Amino acid sequence: MSKVTVIIDNQEVQVPADYTVLQAARSNNVHIPTLCYLEGINEVGACRMCLVEVEGARGLQTSCTLKVSDGMVVKTNTKKVREARKATLELLLSDHDRECLTCDRNRNCELQTLAEELGIKDVAFEGEKNVNYEDTSSPSIVRDPNKCILCGRCVGVCNDVQKVGVLGFTNRGFDTVVGPAFDKKMDEIPCINCGQCIAACPVGALKEKEEIDYVWEAIEDDNKHVVVQTAPAVRAALGEEFGLKMGTSVTGKMVAALRRLGFDKIFDTDFAADLTIMEEGHELLDRLQNGGKLPMITSCSPGWIKYCEHYYPEFIDNLSSCKSPHEMLGAVIKSYYAEINDIDPKDIYVVSIMPCTAKKFEADREELAASGYPDVDAVLTTRELAKMVKQTRVDFVELPDEDFDEVLGESTGASVIFGATGGVMEAALRTVAEVVTGEQLEALDFEQVRGTKGIKEATVNLNGTEVKVAVVHSTGQASKLLDQVKSGEKDYHFIEVMGCPGGCVTGGGQPHIKPEDRFKKDVKAERAKALYTEDKSKKIRKSHENPMIKKIYDDYFEKPNSHKAHELLHTHYVKRENYPLDK
Amino acid sequence: MELYRSHVLICRGTGCTSSKSDDMEVKLNELIKEKELDKEVKVVRTGCFGLCEAGPIIVVYPEGAFYSHVKLEDIDEIVEEHLLKGRIVDRLLYKGEEEEKIKSVNEVTFYKKQKRVALKNCGVIDPEDINEYIAYDGYMALGKVLTEMEPKDVINVIKDSGLRGRGGGGFPSGLKWDFTSKAEGDQKYVLCNADEGDPGAFMDRSILEGDPHAVVEAMAIAGYAVGANQGYVYIRAEYPIAVERLQLAIDHAREKGLLGENIFGTDFNFDMEIRLGAGAFVCGEETALIASIEGERGMPRNKPPFPANSGLWQKPTLINNVETYANVNQIILNGADWFKDIGTEKSPGTKVFALGGKINNTGLVEIPMGTPLKEVIYEIGGGIPNGKKFKAVQTGGPSGGCIPADLIDTPITYDSLTEIGSMMGSGGMIVMDEETCMVDIARFFLDFTVEESCGKCPPCRIGTKRMLEILERITSGNGEAEDIDKLERLAENIKSSALCGLGQTAPNPVLSTLKYFRDEYEAHVNEKTCPAGTCKDLVSYSIDPEACKGCTLCAKACPVDAISGERKEAHVIDQDKCIKCGACEEKCPFGAIINK
Amino acid sequence: MKSLEELKKIREEARKKVDLREEKKGTRIVVGMATCGISAGARPVLMALLEEAKKRNLNDVTVNQTGCIGVCRLEPIVEVYRPGEEKVTYVDMTPEKAKKVIAEHIVNGKVVTEYTIGAYEE
Repeated sequence: MSKVTVIIDNQEVQVPADYTVLQAARSNNVHIPTLCYLEGINEVGACRMCLVEVEGARGLQTSCTLKVSDGMVVKTNTKKVREARKATLELLLSDHDRECLTCDRNRNCELQTLAEELGIKDVAFEGEKNVNYEDTSSPSIVRDPNKCILCGRCVGVCNDVQKVGVLGFTNRGFDTVVGPAFDKKMDEIPCINCGQCIAACPVGALKEKEEIDYVWEAIEDDNKHVVVQTAPAVRAALGEEFGLKMGTSVTGKMVAALRRLGFDKIFDTDFAADLTIMEEGHELLDRLQNGGKLPMITSCSPGWIKYCEHYYPEFIDNLSSCKSPHEMLGAVIKSYYAEINDIDPKDIYVVSIMPCTAKKFEADREELAASGYPDVDAVLTTRELAKMVKQTRVDFVELPDEDFDEVLGESTGASVIFGATGGVMEAALRTVAEVVTGEQLEALDFEQVRGTKGIKEATVNLNGTEVKVAVVHSTGQASKLLDQVKSGEKDYHFIEVMGCPGGCVTGGGQPHIKPEDRFKKDVKAERAKALYTEDKSKKIRKSHENPMIKKIYDDYFEKPNSHKAHELLHTHYVKRENYPLDK
Repeated sequence: MELYRSHVLICRGTGCTSSKSDDMEVKLNELIKEKELDKEVKVVRTGCFGLCEAGPIIVVYPEGAFYSHVKLEDIDEIVEEHLLKGRIVDRLLYKGEEEEKIKSVNEVTFYKKQKRVALKNCGVIDPEDINEYIAYDGYMALGKVLTEMEPKDVINVIKDSGLRGRGGGGFPSGLKWDFTSKAEGDQKYVLCNADEGDPGAFMDRSILEGDPHAVVEAMAIAGYAVGANQGYVYIRAEYPIAVERLQLAIDHAREKGLLGENIFGTDFNFDMEIRLGAGAFVCGEETALIASIEGERGMPRNKPPFPANSGLWQKPTLINNVETYANVNQIILNGADWFKDIGTEKSPGTKVFALGGKINNTGLVEIPMGTPLKEVIYEIGGGIPNGKKFKAVQTGGPSGGCIPADLIDTPITYDSLTEIGSMMGSGGMIVMDEETCMVDIARFFLDFTVEESCGKCPPCRIGTKRMLEILERITSGNGEAEDIDKLERLAENIKSSALCGLGQTAPNPVLSTLKYFRDEYEAHVNEKTCPAGTCKDLVSYSIDPEACKGCTLCAKACPVDAISGERKEAHVIDQDKCIKCGACEEKCPFGAIINK
Repeated sequence: MKSLEELKKIREEARKKVDLREEKKGTRIVVGMATCGISAGARPVLMALLEEAKKRNLNDVTVNQTGCIGVCRLEPIVEVYRPGEEKVTYVDMTPEKAKKVIAEHIVNGKVVTEYTIGAYEE
């Protein structure tokens, strides 16, 4: 891209010709505030925070939508600009539920930060507020329109990235609300609970349905044996909540913290990820060898599963019947683990720490109760775990590294990369390749399926058979790929779908990303790096070589896809109506 | 071909149709048939004549007899006397201010002062008959353009004419055409903005109802000039007659091969469709209109990029409003110099206004630019009714401002109106007399803006609401000392930060009334009085016992029995019962009712 | 629409139909059409005038009607107003006479003296 010269605040800079003024400013360390801007997703110029003066232009311009041109003279910090931003912010605040102290996003709120930065001392324009009910109907997502500033970021993500489109603007003018159509509640709409709207929200208008108190209660209850498990992606981001650098893996400190919170056992969902590879890998082999439904599509991501059930029910039979890893582990805890430790499964309380809000909905699915009790009792997001740690005032950064508890805490490098897009595929390939060929793989890194490209493809030669695989992340990309499969344009044997863009590391339950980090860092890659580093450092990097996996098959399941395995580790799916008429 | 000795033109614009001109048309045809005049007399349904105050209107040619305020029961007489016996029905003739019966349509002052370019065919032709349009040189401009001119020549003529956008902003149309023609793109579009939304404005509706082919033809010309083969007219569904006639015009043009492929035997193809809007004011903003055609929520987008470069479906798009297009054919046929000779140097041509409010001749007028406001109000408009004093005139609708009496000599041009804090707008012109409270007028417009804000940007969504709240406080007597300052700060900031033109201009009614009538604001806030005596919370009615003759008229007029008193003795108003409707004041022959 | 010529042809035809809405500088023919006129046969006269004018493409001629002219016994009466000339009144008209008036008076400018009121009275 050719470059142009732009003068920003008297500073002459060269920037690519296709940059917006905002990009030009930020890449030269000129801080222009934004609220509604989300690069590539929401570039609508609605919030008026990024207004700047441009020489020769009529009135103030939104820097997020205005492209640079050669010789352009921009002033980002004049009295006129400051006064305009301030007045607009005061207006936003006048229609905002300003109960900051009790807000989920206190001290982590883009609106609050801006109010401080712009020096708002007084909200001059008080008046009527657009008051609406808080929608707590969804098991995953709470929507509080009274905190909403109508920036439209969630709408952009839900519609354009995820292609779900259940959030939109309703009503007009002062009465405008962001929410579902027809004034429906969040549990009456085909929302997939991915929580990307929460991740996009600059304020406290969207948040997860908090379950911390139930978990505290269970921990306090002497009759409950409270077991906690943590998903791979949690360790890659939890540190950020405590000021650690993005991409720092905090596995040991996390385990130590959980122990201090009072959990009876701390297991690793990674173990179940290895178990998933055994089950899913063999399911794939079975489908390949015995003419089963292809392409087979992974089923680890509950957001994706619900998306498929709502929007692509014709692909339900293509979904792997494997439960997602934490549900598998929950089932194993309430059966195998309960048996060997002689605990009544009804007394076991399984808590999953997940990077995901869709897992909260998943845990409520009636069919996921192999022991007769729910496989998982409570799901906390990474953010909620951080809150619990903060509530105990444990100094997280200073904690020692500790290990997961025995038996169900053992895991391989294959399982840890589940948290990044392409991880499940790579882990599966490591195992399937060896099972099929009977030979040890020389190179374990399947680079073609790594990275943050929207759709990744690879062809793997398994004993003379070409197996075509694809990896997509975000349901939007999945939709694109499935359309191509449907039309016959593409043809695969195995597809990994992760519901969130970037996979679980950037799931809807992960720590909020600071606005400046969004611009400066490739968050998906940085967090994934923590996982790939951990994979590399593991002695065992293939799921089938996990000694505890071998043991559990020897002791309990006999072999992958056995009758017992099917009872405990597999599930089924249902076609879901989008806007049922009876509601 | 039938030749008739007489044509009876009956106005079937929206206004007259609401006053039963549709039934009259049916009855006319029935009676004419009954009297066996149907071979001699033709009934022609036309669009709006403009002088809506006098509606329903029927004009009989060849005499040009101008019948006004016609009622259904008058039709018998018109047929029996005029059409059968050739005697003009005097009592139905339009009367000017001098109460003189005016026989011919050409003698009406209301029309004499006008210059009809955009409204040329309105009230003259049957809008549903393409041949009548062709009879008045219809499609000649398109023929000329396609067979004799290069696209760039067409653009040059429009540029040279100095035509500016008639939708409000006044952007030079030729430049828009030029930008769109130069923009790169495999597909381009031509749009017509027929989403007229200013309160009381109906210029575009009348053109579409009275002369729909003018828009069809001009859009085809524009398509040729900028390189587009598809046009869309975005029109509010609230204009059913206009929609119906425009659709007929499109169908007829297609049948005659004036739309479609190889028009006039050239390789130029052009077709167009109607897109209905639901009547949101904001969809008159061009980017919101584009979003709406695309099937999105009608919310404006930031400019740049301008539609000329990235418009409908991100393709280069030319968008003009109805009245702008209605000028194009005339400019092509008569030349840029002809057009420049009308109006002023920087605002050439004419402008159509919907004249309303406290004025005698409400209706539609087309005047040369540069005509002083005074001439429109006193000569064409016939002045203020009931001998009241003129106070201000509002132009530009919710985006414009109020112009006080001492600026009434201002010539009507884009720049002169902007200079005095108002704007041309799309053509609303509301006249106010001494009994109009200027704070209340500002409140009225803000109320409209708040209702019609799309909600996308905070300055408009919340800012206009806050302004309205302050104005409501002031007009209800609860204004606080700092409210006027707050209004000003809000107004300035909304102006500089709102996303679209509608938001940026929304404070104009407040800013202009603050500029010219600040004392009225101050009276409301400081003295809690309404100088015009219209803000109900600030006025009270009482009876001057000296002036009252005890005639009891006021007591009879009072709808809530708040007035009591003996015959021939001074009456009294019970303040607790009084609803401040002012009925007593209107009835009192002695001026004894005091309102303050 | 294949050419500008085609459009022009349509325009010429169409113009004739709307012509009478224009202000006319040309000849005005007025037929008395009160009860007396109608009963004396004014309508066929009117129609004949119209048809003849159409046949001859007399675009600047208007055929108008009026009420009782005052000499009922002489109905049907036709008056011809030509710019710059004295009014000519024809009486006891028939469709045939009307055609002749068009052909000789309107087209050729020669008053058909034998039909005029002056001739009749003599």
